[in-house]
Amino acid sequence: MSTADTSHDDPYLVVERSPKFRDLRSRYRRFIFPMGAVFLGWYLLFIYCAGWQREWMGTPVWGAITIGYLFALLQFVTTFLIAWLYTRYADNNIDPEAIELKEEVERLDAARGAHPTHTSDEELEQADLSTGA
Amino acid sequence: MTTLAAITSDSQRLLAIVLFLSFVGLTLGITVYMGRRTKSAEDFYAAGRSIGGIQNGIAISGDYMSAASFLGIAGLIALFGYDGFVYSVGFLVAYLVVLLFVAEPLRNSGKFTMADVLAYRLRQRPVRIAASVSTLTISLFYLLAQMAGAGALVSLLLGITSDVGKSLTIAAVGALMIIYVIIGGMKATTWVQIIKAVLLMGGTILISVLVLLHFNFNVSSMLSAAQEASGNPNFLAPGNKYKDPVDLLSLGLALVLGTAGLPHILTRFYTVPTARAARTSVNWAIGIIGAFYIMTTFLGFGAAALVGSKAITEADKGGNSAAPLLAQFLGGGSGSIGGIVLMSVISAVAFATILAVVAGLTLASSSSFAHDFYGNVIKKGKATGAEEVKVARFATIAIGILAIVLGILAQKQNIAFLVGLAFAVAASANLPTIMFSLFWKRFTTRGAVWGIYGGLAMSLFLVVISPVGWGTPTSLFSTTTPALFPLSNPGLISIPFGFFCAWLGTMTGREETSEEKYPELEVRALTGAGAH
Repeated sequence: MSTADTSHDDPYLVVERSPKFRDLRSRYRRFIFPMGAVFLGWYLLFIYCAGWQREWMGTPVWGAITIGYLFALLQFVTTFLIAWLYTRYADNNIDPEAIELKEEVERLDAARGAHPTHTSDEELEQADLSTGA
Repeated sequence: MTTLAAITSDSQRLLAIVLFLSFVGLTLGITVYMGRRTKSAEDFYAAGRSIGGIQNGIAISGDYMSAASFLGIAGLIALFGYDGFVYSVGFLVAYLVVLLFVAEPLRNSGKFTMADVLAYRLRQRPVRIAASVSTLTISLFYLLAQMAGAGALVSLLLGITSDVGKSLTIAAVGALMIIYVIIGGMKATTWVQIIKAVLLMGGTILISVLVLLHFNFNVSSMLSAAQEASGNPNFLAPGNKYKDPVDLLSLGLALVLGTAGLPHILTRFYTVPTARAARTSVNWAIGIIGAFYIMTTFLGFGAAALVGSKAITEADKGGNSAAPLLAQFLGGGSGSIGGIVLMSVISAVAFATILAVVAGLTLASSSSFAHDFYGNVIKKGKATGAEEVKVARFATIAIGILAIVLGILAQKQNIAFLVGLAFAVAASANLPTIMFSLFWKRFTTRGAVWGIYGGLAMSLFLVVISPVGWGTPTSLFSTTTPALFPLSNPGLISIPFGFFCAWLGTMTGREETSEEKYPELEVRALTGAGAH
């Protein structure tokens, strides 16, 4: 059990301090936060046009098909595209190291003689008591 | 003429009832079969984590494509043109928030409920109580919408117009959902979603192809026919429903940020074995839901062109009858065999949709009550899995009865509004706390509790003082006194307020527990080490 005095041995904390994990974390965040900003901004641009640029959105471009109809369809296309980009990125840049680090945690845990998967609920109960909640 | 109409409406009623009863029979059979395989708490809450990524993706789609989407959006597009399509876009883009930020870390670090992730690094009791309160509130709003929809649908499609008849239908839907959840838990609920999703997609594809056939696969001529029939030169431009652009912005925010805070969607990620499978399931859900929402434009504009807004509003003011009436037209019109068959099929699909979604919602809320509130707050984590499941089953009955009673009372409410509100509460109360728990090192218990209660209270308060309550012909409290808050969806104010409360709560207090728990959570969330 990872109480405060033995926390230095906690395999999770050991792994968390490793450069390999820090590198993995920054690679994950470097993708999701900018991409999150991109799709939210792109979506808000759509909402802005639907709310404040109605005439422009209602302009027909091909028969009765309007700019607004195409813009909405484009939102679908970009959603599919971003999901595909993320999946490809995660497959190549997240999963291999994530699996290695998971095995590292399990190896350290086994070496410590503890259960490979400790139950978080019991620990939390302790944390709850120790803070005097 | 009157005799003919009576006969057709009788045979139509009969066929719709037969089709619906076949769905009920099939899903009840599966429920009993799955019920025998539901032994542990893990089986009941999370289907033993045995659902495949693709299966779960289909089940997520089933959980998400509610009657509000199928009947509501088709109706909105049919009556208001372009504005209805904005709903579809928001509902879909929302899945990128789920995919990038929530699905995988949640799967890796949680166990059965949304609160598991918060409780990992924060003090369990206060955050579990808060999460349980918001889960129940969101699920109840969502349930109400579906129940009210069931009542409306019955009066519309089966010709039951008496209040007693409608109330009995709502009670029957409630009783069925209680049976699914109690007997079969997550395993049965998952298969009900999968069957329903397949039926709904099948029905939607069929109607879409028939609409496109009618216009020789020329979308442009479908759109111009819709515009002509509407008699509104701006039918294909935005602004017919949302006159105030700020109102549209508020709704748009609630839609895109709400999904990642919906408890019945989040708990679905615990049914798969790994984070990778969770990713696969979101991708499948995005594909299916995306295709579905594109097809809603064929249903909506098709109904506007072929049925016409007059006939649609005569059947139902909210426009919820657009899809079934379109089916009737495409089958050959009122009175024809094809019309009866097609309309019955679409009606039965709509019932199946409602039934599946309410089962998912009931399971999510009774799980949260049993696992968060009973297991970890009252019993302080000492309850066995069997005890928790027993409580979950009783909670299912209680929530089911509550939903039936409230559903009967809320029959006259607008369905889309109730769902929009559920999304706003989810985005305001749950999303800030989930995001900060996963990504902000300093985040504290006080921040989580303030964020959940602050977002919840603000969104509910704004609705009470909005045009929903005041100043319009359909308002709840007064039709003449103007509303204090002008927007019909609270998202624009309540979502930032939820984030602000979570931030403020964190900055004004100190906490020791998260100091080493957060690094642990990060390792778990990103690598899947120690995952349940």
